Parts: sequence; structure tokens; C-alpha cells
Amino acid sequence: MPLASYILRRILSVIPTLFGVTLISFFLTYMLPGNPALVKAGALATPEHIAEVERQMGLDQPVWVQYGRYVSGLARGDLGESAATGRPVLRDFLQRLPATMELTLASLLLAALVGIPLGVLSAVNRDAAIDHVGRVLGVAGVAMPTFWTGLLAIYVFFYLMQWAPAPLGRLGTGIAPPEAVTGMYVVDSLVAGNWRALGSSLAQLALPAATLAFSVMAPLARMVRATMLEILQSDYVTAAWAAGLPRRRVIYGDALRNAMIPVVTTLGVVFGFLMAGNAVVETVFAWPGMGNYAVTALMMKDSGPIQSFVLFVAVMYVIVNLVVDLVYALVDPRIRLS
Amino acid sequence: MADGALSVPAAVDRSAAARVRLWRRLRRNPVTLGALCVIVVLLLVALFAPWVAPFDPDATDPAYALMGPTWRNLLGTDVYGRDNLSRIIHATRVDMLVPFAATAIALAIGALVGAFAGYWGGWLDQIVMRMVEAMLAFPALVLAMGLTAALGNSIGNIVIVLAITQVPTYVRLIRGEMLRVREMEYAEAARMIGNPTWRIVIVHLLPNCIPPLIVQATLAMGFALLTMAALSFLGLGIRPPDSEWGEMTAEGASQIVTGEWWLFLFPGLAIMITVLAFNLVGDGLRDFLDPRMRGSR
Repeated sequence: MPLASYILRRILSVIPTLFGVTLISFFLTYMLPGNPALVKAGALATPEHIAEVERQMGLDQPVWVQYGRYVSGLARGDLGESAATGRPVLRDFLQRLPATMELTLASLLLAALVGIPLGVLSAVNRDAAIDHVGRVLGVAGVAMPTFWTGLLAIYVFFYLMQWAPAPLGRLGTGIAPPEAVTGMYVVDSLVAGNWRALGSSLAQLALPAATLAFSVMAPLARMVRATMLEILQSDYVTAAWAAGLPRRRVIYGDALRNAMIPVVTTLGVVFGFLMAGNAVVETVFAWPGMGNYAVTALMMKDSGPIQSFVLFVAVMYVIVNLVVDLVYALVDPRIRLS
Repeated sequence: MADGALSVPAAVDRSAAARVRLWRRLRRNPVTLGALCVIVVLLLVALFAPWVAPFDPDATDPAYALMGPTWRNLLGTDVYGRDNLSRIIHATRVDMLVPFAATAIALAIGALVGAFAGYWGGWLDQIVMRMVEAMLAFPALVLAMGLTAALGNSIGNIVIVLAITQVPTYVRLIRGEMLRVREMEYAEAARMIGNPTWRIVIVHLLPNCIPPLIVQATLAMGFALLTMAALSFLGLGIRPPDSEWGEMTAEGASQIVTGEWWLFLFPGLAIMITVLAFNLVGDGLRDFLDPRMRGSR
């Protein structure tokens, strides 16, 4: 019963946050310079016509009524229209979502595969060479602008060494995308057994994913290290040592497993970093995802997509944090009892 | 020794002792000292940019276009033959001033809002904290993108945008500190002798919350610079003719495929060094002001 009530309270706690998030994104749209009715009515519209369009769009209503219309529109999946593509923003988004998911998941995987072992090794060999390497990487990693890391990667691996393909999109030229299942080319080409597309999409993905991963790897490794240090000093680890359990078992079995729980709870924060990085990395590598779409739209003074992107990222952030907390509660009985 | 005479010199002694302690700690911590020196040098460069720069940053010279680093142009030249080093030096002004102004504004607003929310508690606190949670759901760069779209990207607006992204962090920090100090005996004493609330909060309590705020603000300087640079890189922040390191990196990016590496490399390096310096000073300050955190990072 306490678990059920915890879950219910945690889900309810999302409501005021989502209210605040939609309020902020509404005001971002509301504050936009220019009259949207004017754009919609066209350059030759008469004042009466403009007034009519304003009435249709609800722009003559008080702010709070407009907010209500905005939220009910969101609930129906109406994110507005993009002036540049002339299509609903939601459709443009869904079309680009797989590209963004592919990049985000690949970099999350890469960051975890490098960051977690690095953090563990730094904690176990405290103040040894690996710890110092980890520290330097950590300090440098957070200070390097993501766009610059991406450009460095392009210069070194594409221009100088010519290991990587041209940083232009998700597939090499002349290669047809695999049959769509998830929309993520790497997964789809695996499913279809299309090795040519698989090779090309992996090669295209490597640099942007590594760039994005590098920006979150350092904080992840530091977090794992701090948690591991704390756990290695705890009583049960001391007891495990005293009982003469093998070193590998104590470190990787007992300590790391318990260290992973707090690390997983920070996944929401890592996700936030990744989404912010996405807009930049997608622009650098011409990756046709949502961030790239939003930035491109903004360049053309088309603000519908950008505000929807801002809202989307925040809502995803709230949901990811909610899911992480709920999973945490299911796994760790201490949460329910407190 | 009379009791009355003791109080004044004791106060003086304490601040002098703190200075000595700070200096000793800095001397034992060459990394923090080095980072502090980098920041001082950057500030001096920003202040005396026209005297430090070897060339006029806007002076074009087709004869020297797209030259790699030479003794004449230490960091090379761009398409118009402008000196890369001089441009980077002049950009230091925007790159130091904008994050600094944003941090100062955010600090002032965040400290006041957080202090009163924490001191009064109740419904005000509830509303403020819900707003803070909602704002923290937006990654700083993403929120900044939305805000610049709404406000436009003049330098003044960039300052406001960067300030807005920072405010929630300070509000949360100060509110937490305030919850702690408002129960202390000296707060009780200040209330008992009939101080008005604003005086208790601003004069008596707020100064005791400042140390963690300074650490946060130092770290925030680096983060604000990164956010501004990313905005400008995307073409949404500082735009030509104003130059800024992120914007310069974007200009240089188009020259990568022809191999002119110095144009994107050096402005980015300037960003990294500056952010690194602020982060290291922030970490050093944290160790000094809050010994509990020592060794945990």
C-alpha cells in the first residue's frame, strides 16, 4: 500500500510542474514579436479581414482564455504549424524523431560504456594514474563547447585522416535507406539484413554520437566515482572484504550494483544535457533531427517549431524523471518507507 | 584587558587572518591559483583590448587573406585578411562582460526571491518552488533558444536570457540556506528586538548565505559563457559585426573542408580555457568555503 500511495503522489506531483512548463512555453509563444493573424491573412488583407482572422484564432480573447485554448490544443496534439514547411509541427516532429532518438540513444550508450568503467576504475584506484586521467578528462570535458568538439572531430577524422565519411546526414550518398520499422537506420538495416546501409549509417553516426557522448561522459564518470567511493567505505563492503570474498566480486558484484542506483536516478539530468547538446550536434553534422529542424526554422524567423521543441524537451525531461523515480521506488524499498 | 576594547581589533584580526588563510590555501593549491591568474589576465585583456591587440580587428587586407599562423599573424588571418588574434582579443570583451552581467543580475534577483521565499515559507514558497521546478525542466540552452526567439537577439537581450536561465538555481540554493539560518538564534534575536522583516532577511540573514552563492556564481560564469557561445554558434546569439568566440567558431567552421584549421580552433580554445578557469576557481572556492565537500569531487 505505501508503494501505491508513493507512486500516486509522485505522478500527481508532475501536474504542477507540467502546468508551469506549459505556462512558460505559452508565454514564449505569446511574447513573440509580430502578429500571427497578419502573417496568416497575407500581405493584401484589409483591416476587417485581419480582425476576422484574429477572432478566428482567438487572439482577441483575454490571455488566460488564450492559454486555455493553447493547452487544449496541446492535449489534442496541436503544436501549431510551421510557416516554412506549411505543415503541422507535430508531423514534422514525428518525421524527425527517429533521427534524434538514434543519435541520443547511441550517445547515451557510448557515454555509459566509457563513463561508468572510467568512474569505477577512478574510485578503485583513487589518486592513481587512471584517476588523474579521469579527473583531467572530466574537467576538460565540461569546459569544451560541444560544437567545438564536433568540429575538432570533423577536422581530425574527416579532413586529416579521412576515416569518417562527410559529416552530412545519416547515410552516405547513393545509399537507399532501409525499410522503415523504427525509423532508426541502424536498427532498421539490422532488421532488414541490409549490411550496406548498416555500415554506412554506423559510419555516419560515429562522430556525432561520440561528440555528444563526450559532453556527458565526464559528469557521468565523476558521479559514478563519487558514489563508488562512498560505497567502498560502507560497512557491508568492509564486511565483504573481511569475509575474504574475491576482489572482483566485491567491486563489480556488490559495490557497483549498489552504486548504479543513484547513477540511474541522474539519468534525467543526463537526458537534459543530451537534448541541449542535440540541437548543437545535429547542426554541426547536418543530422536531420528535431534540434536541427528547430534551429533551421528559427533562422528563417519561423518560431512555431522552436517553441514546440522547447516544450517537447521539457515535457520529455519531466516524464523521464518520473519514470526513473518510479522504477527507483520499485527497485529500492527504502524509498517507499521514508 | 577591558572587554569593550577587545571587540573591534578582534574583528579586524579575523578578516586579516582569513586573508592569510586564503593566501596559504591558494599557495598550496597551484591549480586554483593558476586559474585565478588566467581570469585576471582575461579581464586585463578585455579592458585593454585595443592596446593588447597587434592589429585593428576590423582592418581587412586581401594580400594576407587566409594565411596560417605566421610571425606577423600569430593565429593566422581570415578570408578578409583580418588578424585572428586581434579579433579573439577584442571578442574577450563580449565574452567576459555578457556572462558577468547576466550572472550579476541573476544573482541579485535569485538571492532576493529565494531569501523571501525561504524566510516566509507558506504559499509564496510553494508557488516560487513550483515555478523553479518548471524552469529547471528546460535545459539552459534550450530555454535560451526559446527566449531569444521570443525577445530577439540584441546583446542586451542575450544578457537577460542568460540571466533568466540562471535565476532558478540561485533561488533554490538561497531558499535552502534560508530555511537553515532562519531558525538560528541570531535570527531569533533579530526578530525579538523588533527588526522589520526586510531588514532581518537582507541585513542579518542573507550575508550568511553568501559563500555557497559565490561558488555557484563562479561556476555559472563558465556555464553562461558556454550557453552564449552555443547560441551564437547556432546564429541565434551575438551576430556580426559584434564578434564573440562562438560566432567566430561558426565563421571558421566553413573553412574546415579547405583545411584552414586556425579559424575554428583558436576561438573554441579561448572558450575552453576561460570556462576551465572559472570551473577550477569555483571548485577551489568550494573547497575553501565548504571543507565538507573536499575530496568528494
